[in-house]
Amino acid sequence: MRVANDPIHQFQISKLIPIEIGGLDFSFTNSSAFMAASAIAAAAFLYFGSANRALVPTRFQSMAEMSYEFVAKMLRDSAGSHGMKFFPFVFSLFMFVLFANLFGLFPYFFTVTSHIIVTFALAILVIGTVIVYGFMKNGLHFLKLFVPSGVPGILVPLVVLIEVISFLSRPISLSVRLFANMLAGHITLKVFAGFVTSLSAAGAVGIIGAVLPLGMTVAITALEFLVAFLQAYVFAVLTCMYLNDAIHPGH
Amino acid sequence: MARDVRPGETSKPGAERAVETGGGDEDLERRRLQLEAQLATRRPASRDGKDAQNPSSKTGFGNAIKLSSEFVAAIIVGVGIGWVLDQWAGTSPWGLIVFLFLGFAAGVLNVMRSAGMVAEHGTKPPSTKDGSG
Repeated sequence: MRVANDPIHQFQISKLIPIEIGGLDFSFTNSSAFMAASAIAAAAFLYFGSANRALVPTRFQSMAEMSYEFVAKMLRDSAGSHGMKFFPFVFSLFMFVLFANLFGLFPYFFTVTSHIIVTFALAILVIGTVIVYGFMKNGLHFLKLFVPSGVPGILVPLVVLIEVISFLSRPISLSVRLFANMLAGHITLKVFAGFVTSLSAAGAVGIIGAVLPLGMTVAITALEFLVAFLQAYVFAVLTCMYLNDAIHPGH
Repeated sequence: MARDVRPGETSKPGAERAVETGGGDEDLERRRLQLEAQLATRRPASRDGKDAQNPSSKTGFGNAIKLSSEFVAAIIVGVGIGWVLDQWAGTSPWGLIVFLFLGFAAGVLNVMRSAGMVAEHGTKPPSTKDGSG
């Protein structure tokens, strides 16, 4: 009973297959299982969606094509046609985050993106790509990103320092945003759903009163579907914008 | 309220003052519109369009997390740099203090940027940039 009402319990990691190599824990956990599941589900969705290659698409194919075009347009709008070489990267990120978020909405499923280390790893991947590609393509010209034009000479060191901190904070804000949204949403959902059971245990009046949190739970579930999509979208959009900085640091 | 009353007006008769403030309001309105037009040219043009498209701006909750994460992230980075610098150079606690403030400044900058109040990089006029930031 206590465990069932604990809103944090759903985020606990459990080892499915314990593996230990050289003193380090490489266990296959429920988190790994759902990461693999979201990656496989995303791949299967796109593979089976595009397997038919019908001229007049079926609903399934149409969905796969829509997600492709959605991300392609987003990337082209924010990073230009040069950015299209990063399309596989951005598209995989978007689909992975989207499927992980949506998988988390099934009852009793584990939400991969509600752990900050997962989202932080994704964000570091993005920023690492930006830094490595930025230096590879532009050399030291990439550092102009930190020097805004039109700043008086005396202020330049201060402004550069602030810009560098602002740049370094990007992976953190990127990961915290996704993680906090998923965590907060799932806790709210659990708390409201918990009200339903504890109220309805209190007799006839409680059952009538339980209608309110039940309606709230239904509404929040709908909102969570929106948030799951929105956060995947925001993650991908910001990735595009940061990649744009790597491709065109001058402006 | 107090902003509309100018220092010299308090001693004038009521009717005259009403006319005065009426004229003053018109003048104020004109100047406000002028300022708005000037500000509009300085604001990043693309931001408005992007925000209108961005559905996250419709949910206040999403917006709150967006802005607070931007702010907190910069402070965490600032404190982290300051702390590491202190450990490395033995200047504790000065690095922490200085970089906490720099992190605060960067956090404010982040929030202003993400709210679309400041151009993405630097203070370039909008005509020279294509808005993609």
